[in-house]
Amino acid sequence: MIHTAIIMLAVGIFAGIAGAILGIGGGMIITPILTLGMGLDIKYAIGASIIAVIATSSGSTIAYLRDNVLNLRVAMFLEIATTIGAIVGALLTGVLDPKYLYLLFGCLLVFSGWNMYRKLRRGQEVLQRVEPDKIAAKLKLNGTYFDKAEMKDVDYQVENVPAGFSVMFGAGVASGLLGIGSGAFKVMALDTFMKMPLKPSSSTSNLMMGVTAAASATVYFFNGAILPGIAVPMALGILVGAVIGSRIMQVLPARWIRIAFIPIILYIGFEMLFKGLGVHF
Amino acid sequence: MAEKPTTAREMAQVETIIGRILQVGVIFSAIVMLIGLALFLITGYSGYAGDFVPRQMGMILAGTWQLKPYAIMMLGVYCLILTPVLRVVVSIYAFYKEKDHLYVAITTLVLIILLIALVIGVKG
Repeated sequence: MIHTAIIMLAVGIFAGIAGAILGIGGGMIITPILTLGMGLDIKYAIGASIIAVIATSSGSTIAYLRDNVLNLRVAMFLEIATTIGAIVGALLTGVLDPKYLYLLFGCLLVFSGWNMYRKLRRGQEVLQRVEPDKIAAKLKLNGTYFDKAEMKDVDYQVENVPAGFSVMFGAGVASGLLGIGSGAFKVMALDTFMKMPLKPSSSTSNLMMGVTAAASATVYFFNGAILPGIAVPMALGILVGAVIGSRIMQVLPARWIRIAFIPIILYIGFEMLFKGLGVHF
Repeated sequence: MAEKPTTAREMAQVETIIGRILQVGVIFSAIVMLIGLALFLITGYSGYAGDFVPRQMGMILAGTWQLKPYAIMMLGVYCLILTPVLRVVVSIYAFYKEKDHLYVAITTLVLIILLIALVIGVKG
């Protein structure tokens, strides 16, 4: 029992650091560790992972809020899409074969990883040229953040709001259905579709994950998918790891974060594709 | 853009308030979970027979009152689940203070959706 708690605490710290740096909720890290590594029933892995998502989000947004990287308006506006998606996803569980979602999301993640690699090759840094966007201006979504690595304020604009909103809905469905934060997906909506710089994308997606996960976590909480002996030490580890991770994140240049992000997004993408195709290792 | 500095300062203020309240919520949940976990590890007993996990709110609160480790741990988990909801509630107030009616409406809509999710969670 003590043994399990210590392992879960360690897994939590690791997932918390990785999650905060990459803007993913830790669910993608935790579910494979618990199912493949520890042989836990996927139902309970999902329950623990959705709690991990909330812990990652809450732990690291504390640091981001202080440091002014987060775009609260973008988060709140897009949460309309993610929370509705999470409810739809939770309702769809058991009705729809998750195989198709694995395939679809796997493809999109691989595409996103390839897209990031392409940008990196082009040597393009954080800020991108963005056309003034009417919807973004009307919804006051454009923002400023302070970049610690470059020691200056960076103004940015967003575009493609409807596309971002739609992808966010899909991210919400994935979160509700699979018990994940679908943070990679949210970062993709903000970064690839709406052209938001990576740092505010990561922290904004982190905040959104918590709110989205709260919607589906309630369902898991009441249907018995949460085992306190696993979820609690893991959540505590994640809170510690998330705070450490968000400190590391802010002093790293954006380029390094991208480099770290690409193989992970590709790996998760292929993992999902294989899962959808029913290929086992 | 004469209004821009005001907006930025107001946003910073909003974010500080939200951050502070969220911090209290997270630390509170962490302390509750930690107490539950410590009790569980020290006594080596969940407070319930076999693998039973309390999930109804009434049972969790009653178990917490009787210092049952699993009940306290579940209470901590539930508090953690509520922290993002708390953040949304506080954001509504913050946008209201900022006189940003558009975002009061948007954030209220998010809260309503979350409440619908809570109802579905309890009923389903």
